[in-house]
Amino acid sequence: METADHDLWVGRSMRRLEDPALVRGEGRYVADVAAGSPTARFIRSPYASGRIISVDGPVFSIVDLDADGVGEIESVLHRPDFLKVSQPLLARDRVRYVGEPIAVVVGRTPEEAEDLADEVIIDIEPDDDELVHGDVASTNTVVDGRFSTPDFDATMQSADHVISLTMTSHRQAALPLETRGASAHFDRSSGRLTMHASVQSPHVLRTALSDLLHVPEADIRVVAGDVGGAFGQKLPLAREDVVVAWLARRLRGTVSWIEDRTENLTSSWHSRDQQYVLSGAFAADGRLLALDAEIECDVGAWSCYPITWAAEPLMAMGELPGPYAFSDYRVRSVGTASHTCPVAPYRGVSRPSMTAALERLLDSAAKEIGVSPIEIRRRNLVTTFPYTSPTGVVHDEGSYLQAMDLAVERFDFEKFRERQANARKVADSGLGPLLGVGVSTFAERTGYGTPVFAQRSMGVTPGFENVEMAIDPSGFVHVRIGASPHGQGLETALTQIVADQLSVDTDTIRIIHGDTDRTPYGWGTFASRSVVICGGAVQIAAAKMRDRLAEVAADVLEANPSDIVFSAGRASVAGTSVGRPISELARIAHHRTGELRPETIKGLSVVAGYDPAGTFSNACHIAEVEVDPETGSVRVKRFLVIEDAGTLINPMIAEGQIRGGVTQGIANALFEEVVYEDDNILTASMLDYLPPTATEIPDIEIGHLHTITDATITGAKGLGEGGTIGAPAAILNAVSDAISHLGLAVNELPATPDRIRALIRGREGQ
Amino acid sequence: MKPAAFQYFRPATLDEGLSLLAEHGDEAKVLAGGQSLVPMMNFRLARPEIIVDIGAIPGLNGVALDHERLTLGAKVRHFELEHPTFDGPLAQLFATAAAHVGHLPIRKRGTIGGSIAHADPAAEWCLLATALDAEIVVQSTRGSRNIPISDFFEMYFTTAIADDELLTEIWVPALRDDWKTGFSEFSRRAGDFAVVAVASAVRINDGKVTEARIAAAGVAGTPVRLVNAEAALIGTTPDADVLVDVAEIARSEVDPSGDLHGSSEYRQDLVRALTRRALSQSI
Amino acid sequence: MSERAALNLTVNSESYEVSVEPRRTLADTLRDDCGLTGTHLGCEQGVCGACTILVDGDPTRACLMFAVQAEGSEIRTVEGLAPNGSELSALQEAFSTHHALQCGFCTPGFLMLATGVLEQQPDIDDDELRAVLSSNLCRCTGYQTIIEAVQAVRDET
Repeated sequence: METADHDLWVGRSMRRLEDPALVRGEGRYVADVAAGSPTARFIRSPYASGRIISVDGPVFSIVDLDADGVGEIESVLHRPDFLKVSQPLLARDRVRYVGEPIAVVVGRTPEEAEDLADEVIIDIEPDDDELVHGDVASTNTVVDGRFSTPDFDATMQSADHVISLTMTSHRQAALPLETRGASAHFDRSSGRLTMHASVQSPHVLRTALSDLLHVPEADIRVVAGDVGGAFGQKLPLAREDVVVAWLARRLRGTVSWIEDRTENLTSSWHSRDQQYVLSGAFAADGRLLALDAEIECDVGAWSCYPITWAAEPLMAMGELPGPYAFSDYRVRSVGTASHTCPVAPYRGVSRPSMTAALERLLDSAAKEIGVSPIEIRRRNLVTTFPYTSPTGVVHDEGSYLQAMDLAVERFDFEKFRERQANARKVADSGLGPLLGVGVSTFAERTGYGTPVFAQRSMGVTPGFENVEMAIDPSGFVHVRIGASPHGQGLETALTQIVADQLSVDTDTIRIIHGDTDRTPYGWGTFASRSVVICGGAVQIAAAKMRDRLAEVAADVLEANPSDIVFSAGRASVAGTSVGRPISELARIAHHRTGELRPETIKGLSVVAGYDPAGTFSNACHIAEVEVDPETGSVRVKRFLVIEDAGTLINPMIAEGQIRGGVTQGIANALFEEVVYEDDNILTASMLDYLPPTATEIPDIEIGHLHTITDATITGAKGLGEGGTIGAPAAILNAVSDAISHLGLAVNELPATPDRIRALIRGREGQ
Repeated sequence: MKPAAFQYFRPATLDEGLSLLAEHGDEAKVLAGGQSLVPMMNFRLARPEIIVDIGAIPGLNGVALDHERLTLGAKVRHFELEHPTFDGPLAQLFATAAAHVGHLPIRKRGTIGGSIAHADPAAEWCLLATALDAEIVVQSTRGSRNIPISDFFEMYFTTAIADDELLTEIWVPALRDDWKTGFSEFSRRAGDFAVVAVASAVRINDGKVTEARIAAAGVAGTPVRLVNAEAALIGTTPDADVLVDVAEIARSEVDPSGDLHGSSEYRQDLVRALTRRALSQSI
Repeated sequence: MSERAALNLTVNSESYEVSVEPRRTLADTLRDDCGLTGTHLGCEQGVCGACTILVDGDPTRACLMFAVQAEGSEIRTVEGLAPNGSELSALQEAFSTHHALQCGFCTPGFLMLATGVLEQQPDIDDDELRAVLSSNLCRCTGYQTIIEAVQAVRDET
């Protein structure tokens, strides 16, 4: 590793510290820990709704959990319209969705576990009950959010144009390549339970296990080792994880569960089954004056813990206005339970579909009013900051308009329109592809802590991050964090921050995460929060550590702490060559404390925390597509991103997040859809649920702006979800542009070939 | 997802293999490349009690073209047909179709015999066999017989192979140099099964079509010959306009059921588009 | 349960004696019986390619083979690319320098696929390379950096 004695580490595309083990195949994912251990297999409901009559076989069921006093999962939102349900770990009297776990068997091997599962006989009387939780409610409404600005009606009336649009987002599955899983070991001599789990929030899992199993948290250790992707699907508490922990304690040994892909696609968590009915009131020049929205979210059969099943509808309600400046907004956003797999946030949560809805509305309005899609955005994007949205969300400074201007400059619309016109002439004979271009502009809310979560009145308020930092006698820096990265390169990014702050070599820094025995309580990694909140806490901790080192150096060098400067692993007196290596100071601080003044704190150990109100990154996406009118198939020919996430700690890692996010956004727009037919999920394998391959994804061009605000002390704004948020909108706008000369548009995610062909076929009949 | 338990045999000779099939009949499944069978076993959709792995049986993997026919051994891997060792009109068709079979790793292990015995109605080799009037050679302890393709595919995943029989060869009638072939497939992603695929072979003499074979996969429980389209094409001097008409006829002669990957009407649209595209390669 | 078969598997030029049921896949045998957990399972259906290894030089889906079929074959897994902590292979280096991995779960499969392809077709062109790399799924990277990493190794050798 190079030593940075003059260059900073922050801002460098340093190779990731996570890589060597992973490319060697020496990562430790939960299945690797589980290899060779007794295996649990869940027996799941084949019906969407029914009464459980009997369960026979070598199983454990809710009866066994009840006998042990095991609790039920309750996710709470303090709102009068919130439907609170209490979820048993295994189905009690009723099943409410296909795939709901009813019983569990344990085999010595995975093969044996499946053999045992085959022997289990479950008798269920299916029914057609529409009410999902008829035992506690007479409605399927889980939340009914309503909001209106006082002048909404008047503004709506005063509009020159009212343009409406309905956007349908079909159900998605986050589909991490590693399925969920847990391996729990009960140690007889210590009485402690150690659980390796593929999760995003190890501390939250530990607390939940304690609450539900009535075991002290001090006697539980959760380890999130290497996690093979999550995208939100490993954030909520998994019933199965708790059952596995219970089994390990019950059997006083090791029990593992590795979810198979069918379970993952059908009975883990789904997302984004939503519909938006929008009406925009526009002035004659295209300025948006008021927005009316009716939003419906199907949230499945159970709430998710701790975020709750209100997450999608309430986020949609609060953030739909996006990056546009308008004052009047009326919205009703309803979450409805159904006999389907429960819903939980998936990267972007409601923002991919809500952005698609709003961006399609703007393009529709632009067409009707007679301005270009670029011009209508120019007239509406927020340019004065801080900006407070109609729902009270505060946007710190961003570059919404500048990002679009730069993207437009790079795309060259004039040349494209020429090619598009020529293609239309050729396509007129029924052959040849149609070309289209689509734009989306959006702001991504990131890095928000307690101040924002507390407003949501959840029973569990996440947000803060603490960091424990120590330098050991040999001069190595230990950084213990509560965030829990799973591919985002956070270890590397934090190392870069610490290296700059302490002027030490990157290979003298160790970031410790994921193990609840070794880290301070934290909320894990989700919602594009880690580099902002954990990074901020690390920066604060490092500054404190620098002060401590300065005091030790001051004693040793007989100077004033304020005269100590750090560079290249050394502390010296400013303006002189008098100094000591930091490693020597570390040794003195521990082993030669007699050389220090009595008042100087011995050892080198600090704690710091950060809990901000959040910030916004922003981006403009431009997509160019080719539509085959005969088959309806869409090829993405070009995809351009201009993004602003403030300071990029590691630009290479940031771009990786953008590329991965855009890819999931393209998947959302064109390929992926969970399909139910009556009780059956048709998309139970990856040949039916369609994550794209390298052939379907173009190279993505990325440019950066850097707006620095004080909403985030590192200057980093977070951007993990941006790709998923803007890409579907850009693609839908592009496809709609491609077929606009036929008077057609697409307002559905995904825009499958079948759906596009149906639109074109309808036009051919005329 | 782990398979149910089975007894495993790996016969060293064809006779041994045939004896095993005679003995175990419907309890046994033949394992060749495993690219179609093993996923079904992992899902426990297939739970054979006996597996007869023909991997050690020598031969059964020849590729030979003479003036009468192309003879393909059952164990010929898809990959080999991507770069055929024979030439003529069949070579282009086989090479193109082979490149559409799954992905490279699947093509390295999967076999043409396995694919045809598996009888997925969207599979490229089943389509080609149908289009080209192939004969399927099966052997058992009772002897050998040739099953004409018209009798071979009964419905999806079901063939006329008896429980004690092993598919050993595929015979494709040779096409002389006055034949031209075409192939067009639509799938959702690279490497996926076809939603619809069309294969064609057209004989042109003095500028006119004298014989035509057009078949479609993904429109029924087995691949089907588009006989009306064939009849419409014969006798014509094929140009772009003729193909548009023929493609329209092809569309109207199929009656596919819809599913997750394509509605009925959509599959009909695909038949029209792909028939025209396949035939365009032949004129 | 069925009777186990005693097998001798040659993996990364080393001999492994295992005793497994015929129904145990090569992937599970490598992971659970040989202790080589670098080969990952993402679907057990032959779609995602996370389990890709080399069998006699050919990229192969280990979840679609039974261990009993693998005796006598030369099996190579990701652990064999840089055995015993030795220097990373050119592809492993390139994956890191090009940021061709994030969570790392698909990485061993891609590494073995690329290793096999570059050995068999060292002059593979860009279009065919993208088609081959479409054999495996990744949820994190968006593929571009994976393609660039493999191209870089192809071009320097």
